[in-house]
Amino acid sequence: MRLEPRTKVPFVLVILAPIAAIVASFVLCAGLVAWSGASVLEAYWLLLKGALGSGFALSETFARATPLIFTGLAAAIAFKSRFWNIGAEGQLYAGALIITVLGTGMLDLHPGLMIPILVVSSAVAGALMLLGPVLLKINFGVDEVVTTLLLNFIVLLLVSLLLEGPLKDPMGLGWPQAEPVTEAAELPRLFRGLRLHSGLLLALLFSFIFWIVSIRTTLGYEMRAVGFNQKAARFAGMPVKRVMIITALISGGIAGIAGFSEVAGMKGNLTLDLSPGFGYTGIVVAMLAQLHPLGVIISASFVASIFVGADAMSRSAGVPSYIADVMVSVSLLCMLVSVLLVRFRIRWS
Amino acid sequence: MKRSEIDISEKQAAAEVVLRLRGITKVFGSLVANDDINLELKSGEVLALLGENGAGKTTLMNILFGHYVADSGSIEVFGHPIPQGSPHAAIELGIGMVHQHFTLADNLSVLDNVMLGTEPLWSLSSNRRASRIRLEKLGERFGLQVNPNVRVAELSIGERQRVEILKALYRNARILILDEPTAVLTPQETGTFFETLKKMVSGGLSLIFISHKMQEVLAISDRVVVLRDGRLVAEIKTADASETELAQAMVGRNIELPERKALKAGESVLKLKSVTVKAEDGRAALSSVSLDIRASEIVGIAGVSGNGQTAIADLISGLFEPQSGTMELHGEVVNNFTPRNMLRKKVGRIPEDRHSQGLIGDMTLAENSISECYREPQFSSYGWQNHLNRQRFAENVVSKFDVRGYSANSPVRLLSGGNMQKLILGRVLSGNPQLILANQPGRGLDVGAVAYVHEQLLAARAKGAAILLISEDLEELLQISDRIAVIHRGRLSETFPRESISIAQLGLLMTGQQKSSTTKNQTTEADAS
Repeated sequence: MRLEPRTKVPFVLVILAPIAAIVASFVLCAGLVAWSGASVLEAYWLLLKGALGSGFALSETFARATPLIFTGLAAAIAFKSRFWNIGAEGQLYAGALIITVLGTGMLDLHPGLMIPILVVSSAVAGALMLLGPVLLKINFGVDEVVTTLLLNFIVLLLVSLLLEGPLKDPMGLGWPQAEPVTEAAELPRLFRGLRLHSGLLLALLFSFIFWIVSIRTTLGYEMRAVGFNQKAARFAGMPVKRVMIITALISGGIAGIAGFSEVAGMKGNLTLDLSPGFGYTGIVVAMLAQLHPLGVIISASFVASIFVGADAMSRSAGVPSYIADVMVSVSLLCMLVSVLLVRFRIRWS
Repeated sequence: MKRSEIDISEKQAAAEVVLRLRGITKVFGSLVANDDINLELKSGEVLALLGENGAGKTTLMNILFGHYVADSGSIEVFGHPIPQGSPHAAIELGIGMVHQHFTLADNLSVLDNVMLGTEPLWSLSSNRRASRIRLEKLGERFGLQVNPNVRVAELSIGERQRVEILKALYRNARILILDEPTAVLTPQETGTFFETLKKMVSGGLSLIFISHKMQEVLAISDRVVVLRDGRLVAEIKTADASETELAQAMVGRNIELPERKALKAGESVLKLKSVTVKAEDGRAALSSVSLDIRASEIVGIAGVSGNGQTAIADLISGLFEPQSGTMELHGEVVNNFTPRNMLRKKVGRIPEDRHSQGLIGDMTLAENSISECYREPQFSSYGWQNHLNRQRFAENVVSKFDVRGYSANSPVRLLSGGNMQKLILGRVLSGNPQLILANQPGRGLDVGAVAYVHEQLLAARAKGAAILLISEDLEELLQISDRIAVIHRGRLSETFPRESISIAQLGLLMTGQQKSSTTKNQTTEADAS
């Protein structure tokens, strides 16, 4: 058995590959579902219903997809330029932290002014988190995987410190949580009685904007060139270092906005469990989307629906909800294989 | 160096067929890479496989060695059919391959490289002493001496090639495939290399020698097989072959060599004054190099690769600055060594490595065509790219420079080497450069494409450009240069007018053997006046 590159890739295959990957991951996980004692078809039906089966389910799924679109986009932008930002989790918390400082009473403005200011400041906070790693990388060749990853823990510990100290909500019954943001700082809900909030629109807007930037602008041209072949980009006279810095700042900024969206749209205040690993799951989302800004929307929705659906499934069928993690991981592996099979053909001989 | 005919016929009478390819056909999409090829290799024979790039030589050898599986056809080695698609089986049956691009691990010693893969992965002991003795014996027997303990990274290119051959011999190869083995050697090294080949043949090996250099094929082989467009178009005894006949068979049409008109050189365009560049590991990459190139003049730099050519090229490309000495363009000292500043000063650069430096494979022809001028107002306004102008510009380059095969919106990586080089030429020449740095512009290209590149360079010269041509191909240098200098260990010789120097003299200078009688500076001054 051997792989041979396809000279022409049929378009149907490009469309079918991700679908096939998802189907394959469901088939592969069926064994685990059966092992936990549930009927496979019933469990999957519950999962589907729990993720997409009602207005409430859809609201929960897309509310969960919102931060994943942000963090997925952050990873996609950075990875496309070969800057391995593993620190979206920390950048998300940095964004949430600044919102907590500014939004819980320090600023008192009209929502039309308040929200843009908070968006910008959370983006600045996230971007600053990446400034150090990117400068270390381009000036001294320090591996950004290490620096961005370790910064996650530093930020999380800082948040923990602040939530036990100066930012602790006096009305919080002793829990390590911050005061809720003021009403003017809250992102409006999209439907009455459902948790889905306008952070989703913001996420969609950023995906779209970045897609346009990537294909239409001079900056996007430079970013792609640097990502595909840094040596050739430098030879052609492109400002490689500047492009790397800008890329990192955009990536960190978008991850920072995820923190704003979660605090102002979803939770209302900063807690230590604000993000159940959205920053890391964002990496999976970006890889599933093959780093395409619009693909991130689809893959984030997929991953969110698995998580939300698995919760429902575990409640009704008794299958552990950890199966969601397995399914997402398996689907990523299947995706990688299917991408390979789109580019190469198997020859049995 | 040709062998006598009697010699050959005697040999053939006794020769058995060691390798037989029957009806090998291989199709990649719409491209027929090999079309019903039948081939026999006899014992103790040197069979030359001649053909342009893309003629199907490498595909055929990759099928033989098991990297590819043929769509139809069969292969027999020493009378045994060989299972296809298994390099392991090919090695077992005594086929060895020396690739054009070496497959050595730089960080391992020669011995480790040779032993790699010959011992079971899980065995705890390794019989290094026996292996070392065996390697040394092989080296002695075939004149391939290399110190087994040295790391491959420290070896010269010629020595690395010896290691590649030893690797195949160590695995008991009886049929050796050599893919463009002389591409990296100096004329003198090539001579020694041919001696080695003769020793191997008399030691009982059969060789397939892949090349596109006619003189070498005539010098070393017993029989020549010519491939063109995937088909076997000629099979000639070397003794009966002539260079013109082979060239005709290889190209299938007449190639007109570009004509080089005598031109009077103009004012000085590029002047290097005792430029010294330190390489990264502290060794001098360039020591006190001086050079003067005038308008309407092509100055060639000859040398074995790794003697400082890259440093000169990178310096003029604006990738780094010199530690001491100055570079002047049109009499003005250059202070800002960046690619963008060089482009601004009308320096056109044809890089050595088309894939890693010249082009961005995953971007389209159109995107690559403007990669050096994408910020100019016609392509970029207020941060937005003008796709329409880019498209027009690219289509113009594609048609003017005859880039074939793909549309302006296809990714560049699909192009053949020749078409990539045409695209780079188009990009460089569209900027009307006054100085052109052409680093190995003909490397890896077929005869037709090389002629095209030369024609374009000569046309630029006629328009008044000064051209610095860096090449390891002495014939290329002698064909189009006005003056030639030789670089050896970071030192540049004086320049010699092309009429007054021969390949043999250049070869000696390239190995640092001949000292010039006059000092460098005096001659450059004299040349400039």
